[in-house]
Amino acid sequence: MVERLLVGAGAGYSGDRIDAPIAVVRDLKASGERAAIIFETLGERTLALAQLRRRDHPQLGYEPKLKALLTPVLKDCVESGIAIVGNFGAANPPAAAKLIAELATEQKVSARIGVVTGDDMLGPEGLEVLRASSNELPDDKLLVSANAYLGAAPIVEALGEGADVVVTGRVADPSLTLGPLIHAFGWSYDDWHRLGQGTMAGHLLECGAQVTGGYFADPGFKDVPQPENIGFPIAAIERDASFVIGKAQGGGLVDRRTVAEQLLYEVHDPAAYLTPDVTADISKASIVELGHDRVRVDGITGHRKPDTLKVTVCYDGGFIAEGEISYYGPNALARAKLAAEVVKKRSPKDIRIRCDIIGVLSVLGDDGGRAWNDLDSFGEPTTDVRLRVAFAGNDKALVERGLQEVEALYCAGPAAGGGIRLSLRPRIAATSCFIPRSAVKPKVEIVEARS
Amino acid sequence: MTEVQLHALAHARTGDKGNRLNVSLIAYDPVLYPLLVEQVTEAAVAARFAYRKPSAVKRYELPNMYALNFVLDDVLDGGVTQALNLDSHGKTLSFHLLGLRIPVPEALAKYVRVKPGDE
Repeated sequence: MVERLLVGAGAGYSGDRIDAPIAVVRDLKASGERAAIIFETLGERTLALAQLRRRDHPQLGYEPKLKALLTPVLKDCVESGIAIVGNFGAANPPAAAKLIAELATEQKVSARIGVVTGDDMLGPEGLEVLRASSNELPDDKLLVSANAYLGAAPIVEALGEGADVVVTGRVADPSLTLGPLIHAFGWSYDDWHRLGQGTMAGHLLECGAQVTGGYFADPGFKDVPQPENIGFPIAAIERDASFVIGKAQGGGLVDRRTVAEQLLYEVHDPAAYLTPDVTADISKASIVELGHDRVRVDGITGHRKPDTLKVTVCYDGGFIAEGEISYYGPNALARAKLAAEVVKKRSPKDIRIRCDIIGVLSVLGDDGGRAWNDLDSFGEPTTDVRLRVAFAGNDKALVERGLQEVEALYCAGPAAGGGIRLSLRPRIAATSCFIPRSAVKPKVEIVEARS
Repeated sequence: MTEVQLHALAHARTGDKGNRLNVSLIAYDPVLYPLLVEQVTEAAVAARFAYRKPSAVKRYELPNMYALNFVLDDVLDGGVTQALNLDSHGKTLSFHLLGLRIPVPEALAKYVRVKPGDE
């Protein structure tokens, strides 16, 4: 009987360090223990962008970096029995499975690939459910994607059928970890205490380096060894669901501070962290440093899972454009502010406009302009500033017209503006709603790859 | 009594879900936790972020972790898919909270962190 499972994280988001899984797999393999590696690559909008790619190319729509991520580790994992679980299927898990199967064949290894689908709610039946649960959804023709957050169960099912790799679309991030745990230990689906702990172990893993010194360094206050080569996390989870967070070899660190920051990341009520599998509770959690980059988290528990599942709905969000221009030297800030006023006065009135001054107030402000109107109280005087003007609207021509007013600052704006850059791109908007569990029917299929 | 930025006493991280922001605030030393509880109230955080007009500010206490978790509603201009902000996630805002100045009693002055070289 397995008493312990190691779970490593190979990616914490779609743009993550591409070489991170290599050290994780090396360490998992060297441990000789039962192990799994998870890949979390789906942000809120990532799936909608994948859906757009799939519309244009039906054989695409999965994580674009999938091949690059798995190529160095697939053979090692399959041969060592390290289960790979990833939501890198995005909008097209079957196509991702096909790619993985081809990769396995290329690397001369036989593999069973579990494909989890059923999260996509964009079909007629799904849409009916969504409309019944929310009256704030946009027109059907504007919808790009609608995906329910599946839980751990279909991952457990796929692993139960002998999958070496499980590829999913939208599942709750911690479920990627909880799936292999339930499979390994046979935890009951109403063992809220253990499911709560396993879920929070998954929560700590799902953002990769964010628990091992990534997104953490503050020189002189929170220093990180070798930040250019951070070892991604590896959790050791026991049958009783107690766990220790450690990391792969390399730089980075795991201590009370890194774990506390990540434990609370994107958490609202610490007593009620909602997932499809359990309502996790960290309100009594305590963090125990064991030394050598190993940290135990005690006091986590769980409560009954929510009755509904969350669905993220993405839709056509019009266009966003950005224009920038720099001013330097005496009175630079005054010239940048004047340029902003000129652009605002000349731009179409039916689009949203926001101004920032990089070097003074580049991100702190609000779209409403309250901070902008009180600029002097936020920023230090400086002589090297860059005006940024952002425009948004549904009418591309109007947004373009606004942008053109930034470009015109070269000849018609305040003195000595330089370095104009302009960009315009379509935007995906997102909203969410909650639907009955019974409306979602996850499906698991197995694809065989032969060496 | 001296006044220092929270940055010298605690660290923080933000997370976003839609138009809602959470900011954790974690004491560097457990002995500082009661001071954070006393000084960094919901009202103090609401005032710090007043220009973003939060519709609600809720504080959760995690004494075993020497941490507070703040949840601010409607401060992200619609969040990552709507806002015109360069930082539409609000990721940088943890350091806006850390810029808040609070009074520190003399008895705790030795726990105030100073960057090496800045003493």
